[in-house]
Amino acid sequence: MAETTPTTAAAPRTATPEQFKLRMRRYDPESGDAPYWDEHTIELEPHRSVLEAILQARDRFDGSIGIRCSCRQAICGSCGVRVNGEPALACHTHLDAALKSSADGVIEIEPMGNMPVIKDLIVDMDAVHWTKIRRVTPWLIAKQPVPEREYIVPRESMIDVTQTMACIQCGACVSDCLAMEVDPGFIGPAALAKSYRFVGDPRDDQQFERLNDLAQDPEGIFDCTHCFKCVQACPKDVNPMGQIMRLRRIAIDDHQIVDQNNGERHEAAITGLVRNYGLLHEAELIPRSYGGNSWFAKFTPAAGKELLSSLPVIVRGLLRGKLNPRIAIFGHKIPSDDLKAVQAIYDKVESRDRSSGQRYELNLYIVGEDEQ
Amino acid sequence: MPAHDVLIIGAGLAGQRAALAAAREGASVAIMSKVHPVRSHSVAAAGGINAAISVDDDWHSHAYDTVKGSDFLGDQDAIEVMCSEAPAEVLHLEHIGVTFHRNGKGEMDLRAFGGASMKRTAYVADITGQALLHVLYEQLMKHHETVERYEEWFTTSLLQDEQGDCCGVIARDVRSGRMEAFTAKNVILACGGAGQVYKPTTNGLIVTGDGIAMAYRAGAPLMDMEMVQYHPTCLVETGILITEGARGEGAHLLNSNGERFMEKSAPNKMELASRDVVSRAEQIEIDEGRGVGPGGRGIHLDVTVVPRKRTLEALREIVNLGKDFAGVDITREPITIRPGQHYIMGGVKTDVDGQTPIDGLYAAGEVACVSVHGGNRLGANSLLDTLIFGRRSGEHAAARAASMPMPAIDANAQLRRDAEAIDAIIARPREGRRVSEIKNELGELMNEYAAVFRDEQGLQTARETIARLKEETRNAWIDDRGTVFNQDVLGAIELGYMIDCAETTVLGAIERKESRGAQFRTDHPERNDEQWLKHIDITLSGDGPQVSYSPVTITQWEPEERKY
Repeated sequence: MAETTPTTAAAPRTATPEQFKLRMRRYDPESGDAPYWDEHTIELEPHRSVLEAILQARDRFDGSIGIRCSCRQAICGSCGVRVNGEPALACHTHLDAALKSSADGVIEIEPMGNMPVIKDLIVDMDAVHWTKIRRVTPWLIAKQPVPEREYIVPRESMIDVTQTMACIQCGACVSDCLAMEVDPGFIGPAALAKSYRFVGDPRDDQQFERLNDLAQDPEGIFDCTHCFKCVQACPKDVNPMGQIMRLRRIAIDDHQIVDQNNGERHEAAITGLVRNYGLLHEAELIPRSYGGNSWFAKFTPAAGKELLSSLPVIVRGLLRGKLNPRIAIFGHKIPSDDLKAVQAIYDKVESRDRSSGQRYELNLYIVGEDEQ
Repeated sequence: MPAHDVLIIGAGLAGQRAALAAAREGASVAIMSKVHPVRSHSVAAAGGINAAISVDDDWHSHAYDTVKGSDFLGDQDAIEVMCSEAPAEVLHLEHIGVTFHRNGKGEMDLRAFGGASMKRTAYVADITGQALLHVLYEQLMKHHETVERYEEWFTTSLLQDEQGDCCGVIARDVRSGRMEAFTAKNVILACGGAGQVYKPTTNGLIVTGDGIAMAYRAGAPLMDMEMVQYHPTCLVETGILITEGARGEGAHLLNSNGERFMEKSAPNKMELASRDVVSRAEQIEIDEGRGVGPGGRGIHLDVTVVPRKRTLEALREIVNLGKDFAGVDITREPITIRPGQHYIMGGVKTDVDGQTPIDGLYAAGEVACVSVHGGNRLGANSLLDTLIFGRRSGEHAAARAASMPMPAIDANAQLRRDAEAIDAIIARPREGRRVSEIKNELGELMNEYAAVFRDEQGLQTARETIARLKEETRNAWIDDRGTVFNQDVLGAIELGYMIDCAETTVLGAIERKESRGAQFRTDHPERNDEQWLKHIDITLSGDGPQVSYSPVTITQWEPEERKY
């Protein structure tokens, strides 16, 4: 649309208010009562936000509904909640979409998870989220000497760290981090994404120290289980898990950090096994992660010890049918053409990494789309 | 009772910058905010920050643009301070970590902005405010040993000694409901503007004029309160802001005939005239029936003329805003916008060090009126204002603190009075109106009568209505009877603050019988330098608001006709 066409108001959005039912999780810490559900019917246009709906209920029916909110445009990060069980910003969720994802035609709103509830939809961000942020030394440790004018740095690197700078600290990713559910000490997606903001910043002087710290910490970068929940939850496309993977890449490839948690070896074992077999060979995974990346790994004491301690988990998995004993022990067999195709992908990615010096997954915030 | 050399109320850019500066000077510092600092409304500033850092630029040029933008109501000594100190401030921000966008040579890139004679706006995509605010908060975390933080504490009043000097505050811990008195040698108000007085507004729900009203009630004069900026590009329904950066990148404004109507009022600068000029031009198109969208209430902002890749890179946030809040892909089709309340140029009167006429009380940022913005603020000058005058206030307050003892004051009576006032609101019977109803009526009223175009009759209607709303506010009732996170009762207090702001805004607008900057009186359509090249100060006395005048400081630029 290079030239300006006369604009006779291209079909305005249909904007008739409709009724929506909200079911909110309420909790009054002073009452001594357990949390309870509270329902309200509000009237708004379908493209308006869940936050506007909550505010209408608060203004018209019950001023005691507790929710933090301010900007209404997904930039202040105050109104993180769960809508129909999924973490979201209330102001960033349309009513029609929320209705569609509801189980029974009632939009269900709860406080975020993994953080203690203070009142209604308000959670204690400081106890969890901010404590974790403080864990990653969240400020620039500037390279010396400080220049008289600005640091001269590549344009792309500033755009790149702007992706993590765009994090609004809403806590949505923390709310549903599966690893944190199991290990509350996990530094977690938001704080690790924050640390990439410095690791990826060419003005920072402590790249190695930051990465070594986060790799050696048993609850650091190798504690992430790669579940994608945070990627889905993030309303600002920060892609926390992607940032964690990039921290790992830089730690391993650029600094050759071998961590005490076997994170680096575990990853090497997985990638090596998939290259050799086309699919993961489960029985080899633990031995190789702990004993080194070869078939003989299983005979090392470290691997034996780990296998032994993992035995209850393995047995449970077998009993519940999560593992097929034959495949687990002998590995998956895929047609040789497919295996060759898998290996070709490896060759391509690895050669590109080597030849261009640019990582394949280096994922710039702004992908250069073609000019129209 | 906690005691600090410097206590800062508000933790947006001005407050955080003040805290860091005061701590650096060795003062014992605390910063208090009713929300977590990164939720402060500075976070929503999009387009960038002005500074003459380019080798081809000169701060005098920046200063002249600012003076002209202010319609010659800005104080030129203050503008000189701001613009001459801007480059060092922006470079300081770069050094502590702000990820400013770079050009191909790796230097900071600059974009065009309204009312500026050259490209001088440094930016981080279109999330500049967020990037700055989060970097300052990083610094607060770094300096946690020297800056104490009271996050989610609501200030209810200022403490004053017998001479009237400010010596602390009374505040309520939002989380527990506990009231406490804080002693301080100096209090810096940095708690933002009063956008919520209008509906719709680009401002967040927390922007309720708390600092302005508290200072006013303590006897500090408010200056130029009638100067309310309407931003030219806000979403029609919600008032959400579409950054001026869009026009800085080259976007056009079109009426229903597809005409770039800015040709008529600003043939040279076109869409990049100052905001008051553009907003008026848009409002004329709408009023004369050339608007677009439902009811012809909007104007088209056409971003499709900007190369798509550039839009995705430099205007990413508004691409998302368009998609999420208006259902429009701005890279493919125009988006419908209209002028909306955005900023108040007026506020608590201060000097260039942030000092108000009350000893021990400072103000910086949107809460203050230095005045660097005069009748109209240029885009990307507000972030600069917060940082320069935040820092200067912090430094000055720290120096003042070094030469005085901690005030000895018995705050118990006032503490009790504030606590009882809150209990009384909670206990109000359910007669009269809800707080939310009054707030809505106030917002719509102001947007009707104290908007882009004003006249005596409308303003008088507004004044009378505000008087009624003020009465109703005294008995307005709420639902929440609790103490933990009782946002309901805080909303009632905020409404009281907002009423004070609305009252003084309308009073100033009635008083100023001319058209200058954001104040356009259809019954007095000309600028009148002979009579009105002066500030309007409003002070609260026993009989209510009192109006007085103070001169505009002119150093190098004599008033002239303003053309874009």
